[in-house]
Amino acid sequence: MKLSLGLVLSLLATPTLADWQDRLEAAQGQTVYFNAWGGDARTNAFIAWVGEQTQDRYGVRVVQAKLSDTAEAVTRVIAEKAAGQDDGGSVDLIWINGPNFLAMKEQGLLHGPFVADLPNARYLDLGPAAPASVDFTVPVDGMESPWRLARFVFAYDAARVAEPPRSMAGFVAWAAAHPGRMTHPDPSNFMGATFLKQALIELAPEAALLQQPVTEAAFDAATAPLWTWYDALRPNLWRGGETYPANESVQQQLLNDGEVDIAMSFDPASTAAAIADGLLPESARVFVPEGGSIGNVSFVAIPYNAANTAGAEVVANFLLDPATQARMQNIEVLGSFSVLDPARLDDAASQAFAALPTAPALPTLEELGPTLLEPHASWMTRLTEEWARRYTE
Amino acid sequence: MTRDGRLLRATVLGLVTFGLIAPIVLGLWQTGRAAFGILPALGQSVATAQPWHDLAALPGFAASLRLTLVTGLGATLLSLLLATGFCAAVHARMTTVAGARLLTPFLAIPHAAMAVGLAFVLAPSGWIARLLAPLAGWTRPPDLATVNDSWGLALTLGLMIKEVPFLLLVILSALSQIPVARHLAAGRALGYGRGIVWIKIIMPQVWPLIRLPVWVVLAYALSVVDMAIILGPSNPPTLAVAVTRWFTDPDPTMILPASAGALVQALIVGLAVALLVAVEQAVKRLGRWWLRRGGRGVSAGPGLWAAGLAVVALMAVGLLAMLSLAVWSVTWRWSFPQALPESWSLRPWSGARDSWMRALANTLLLAATTTALSLALAVAWLEGEDRARRTRAPWAEALIYLPLLIPQIGFLYGLNVGFLRLGLSGGITAVIWAQVLFVFPYVMIALSDPWRALDPRLTRSAAALGAGPGRRLWTVKLPVLLRPILTAAAIGVAVSVAQYLPTLFMGAGRVATLTTEAVTLSSGSDRRVTGVYATLQAGLPFAAYLAAVLLPAIVHRNRRALSGGTAT
Repeated sequence: MKLSLGLVLSLLATPTLADWQDRLEAAQGQTVYFNAWGGDARTNAFIAWVGEQTQDRYGVRVVQAKLSDTAEAVTRVIAEKAAGQDDGGSVDLIWINGPNFLAMKEQGLLHGPFVADLPNARYLDLGPAAPASVDFTVPVDGMESPWRLARFVFAYDAARVAEPPRSMAGFVAWAAAHPGRMTHPDPSNFMGATFLKQALIELAPEAALLQQPVTEAAFDAATAPLWTWYDALRPNLWRGGETYPANESVQQQLLNDGEVDIAMSFDPASTAAAIADGLLPESARVFVPEGGSIGNVSFVAIPYNAANTAGAEVVANFLLDPATQARMQNIEVLGSFSVLDPARLDDAASQAFAALPTAPALPTLEELGPTLLEPHASWMTRLTEEWARRYTE
Repeated sequence: MTRDGRLLRATVLGLVTFGLIAPIVLGLWQTGRAAFGILPALGQSVATAQPWHDLAALPGFAASLRLTLVTGLGATLLSLLLATGFCAAVHARMTTVAGARLLTPFLAIPHAAMAVGLAFVLAPSGWIARLLAPLAGWTRPPDLATVNDSWGLALTLGLMIKEVPFLLLVILSALSQIPVARHLAAGRALGYGRGIVWIKIIMPQVWPLIRLPVWVVLAYALSVVDMAIILGPSNPPTLAVAVTRWFTDPDPTMILPASAGALVQALIVGLAVALLVAVEQAVKRLGRWWLRRGGRGVSAGPGLWAAGLAVVALMAVGLLAMLSLAVWSVTWRWSFPQALPESWSLRPWSGARDSWMRALANTLLLAATTTALSLALAVAWLEGEDRARRTRAPWAEALIYLPLLIPQIGFLYGLNVGFLRLGLSGGITAVIWAQVLFVFPYVMIALSDPWRALDPRLTRSAAALGAGPGRRLWTVKLPVLLRPILTAAAIGVAVSVAQYLPTLFMGAGRVATLTTEAVTLSSGSDRRVTGVYATLQAGLPFAAYLAAVLLPAIVHRNRRALSGGTAT
């Protein structure tokens, strides 16, 4: 009796191979519409490769619906819900993060929890405080599956800039000495908002408050030094802070054109990748503020009404395969850092990561310094609203 | 009127009403409900004016509104002045056909592709600045806001580069119905200068013929999204861009004020058209008094030449923009201040081949089906008019223009919800339907005049020889009208290729076309790949126009009277 109870419990606790086999059979022949930001040719090529692999191995085709903003996919799911289309939806898998995830989770627009059922989840650290379990302090609760690691970094052209600023506060003096030579993406864009958050974490009197949902009192106290800092910085921004590039890619193009001297990215390898692609000069390098920078994990989620749920799960699982992750981290392919827990990899998988090529503009993990936690997602919404209120004439 | 004719007319009217007009009304209805707070998906089911308060309180709303009015009205007014001045200056030296050929590349290239090229030409690190750099001694781009400027000047310029050629074509084709040379001679004999004859005699006759196209230009300039994203200011952007952003905000409740904004957008267009009509009435009154006064002292000559020069300069910048797209598509590295790329490569083409081939295939499929459907409907409509021996009623004309006058953003969100209810979810069918809404009016406009200009003796002779209505259509009218039909088809292809919002909304982002890819990629950093898409995007309609010129010349090579394009 005891033995069989234990057996039942263990069956409940870990997904059996047979369950996954059922999912694979259900997924056979499905076409997964992967809604992902389409502004980066390397990411697009990587997703195309993922599609070829899943087609060969599991008979699952992947079609990337290229977004210029992730919120487009969220709006689409809402429109479908508005029309009462609760199954057979047009979005199967979304590359998602932060406020978009929070919005979908709160509106009950997500399928899941499904992450723990993926066989490759065994390579993840899914402890409650692990980066793969929290998205902008919002617990993931198995509703989205990690796929790549993001770290906020700055890029600069070492041929033009001798000494980049060493802290967010240092940008004020740097910009005063080099007026019009730096900018940040529009804060309505994720990257522009991250620039403000990075400064907020450094300048806020009590950084721990940022991990709680925002309140009016906390917001005023925490952001007062930020606005002082920004008011000093803004007049010396590119075009006097009257207009901003739409996103980090446009800003990278400005760096390449020599219009500005500093760009920013959520991918430490993007600079090395862009050099290899002819999109930045050979002299481009990466720096981070001395106190460290914001980091988070990029996820994929499945809408509640997805037409090809099983196929989407198969793709999410394939993204977590150590071989896939090693290929993704390869600077010649994509150069995004892996989300897997190195302690859980077997020897062969560790070897694959150790053997990856390197590049002069690729920072080491030591150079990247400590990872700072994202503020609660509500801070970002409030911060961008307040920025728009203050600086939109 | 035969039974056959009545059936045909009823079918066409039914198709237009239920296929084209009903979806727009449905879309406006859904958007309107959301604008008054009714959106059951978000648990909102009580009518309220809150979305309007929220809209007014959104940062930059007033500035967006101002920006929209300045760029939209400014671009339309300037385009009209320049096109008119240019026509007056060069009309005697240019035939309609030659003019149309010269303007073809500008008409063919979609707004988004032109905007991408212009952004590179005009930017402080762009082509013009690179050409000036050795003279000015620039090693770094100057810190000037020459694109995305807060006044919307770059956007106005971009709109003008696209709209001036369109208006030129419209005016040229109107002039072919007016005895311009005789008016000019008579005016000169009475002692009036060339410019004044244009203003006093010719334009009053041209205006009624070009009024509707000017309205379309005005509506477009006030509500353009793709061009404004690329060239316009970002903080705040024009209203149409702001509304598109609010519709796709991470906070889903933003759909409510966004819907209110979409209605404001439609209201602005309505008011702008009303303003134009009021100005027209005022000018009519004042103009009569001015004409009767009979003054001869004013010379508009210098103004005409200035307009002529400005148009030539605009076209030169436009050509530079198109050329820059092609150059970027074969570039590897090209940094400031080099005037030409440092290294060339075909990798932008080969690297993204699978993607652009798929986008090209989708674009071709959409262009072919939407143009074929629109042409069939247009021919059926016109043939129906012929058989009933009736001219077109004003309300019927309004039906045709409706989709072009109501801003897309005003009804696309609602239309999407409506289509989903009907089970027409984000697929190619929904996109075809949504595109036909915009392709059909242009095809209809392009085909109407040549169709009516067809020599009635031809069909009468055929009837006298015993040919029934069907045979007269298939063996006389359509072959004789081959050239204008193909021209209308080319315009249809160009309109279909250029569609951005309908493809994005109705295709649920799944139907990737050259235009959706080009706009998405222009949000990225790789001008070379964007160049590939924009080049294809411009090349496809251009090929269609070329076919429209060459095919009739080949088919009618032994029929001289048919190859000259008398009917165009």
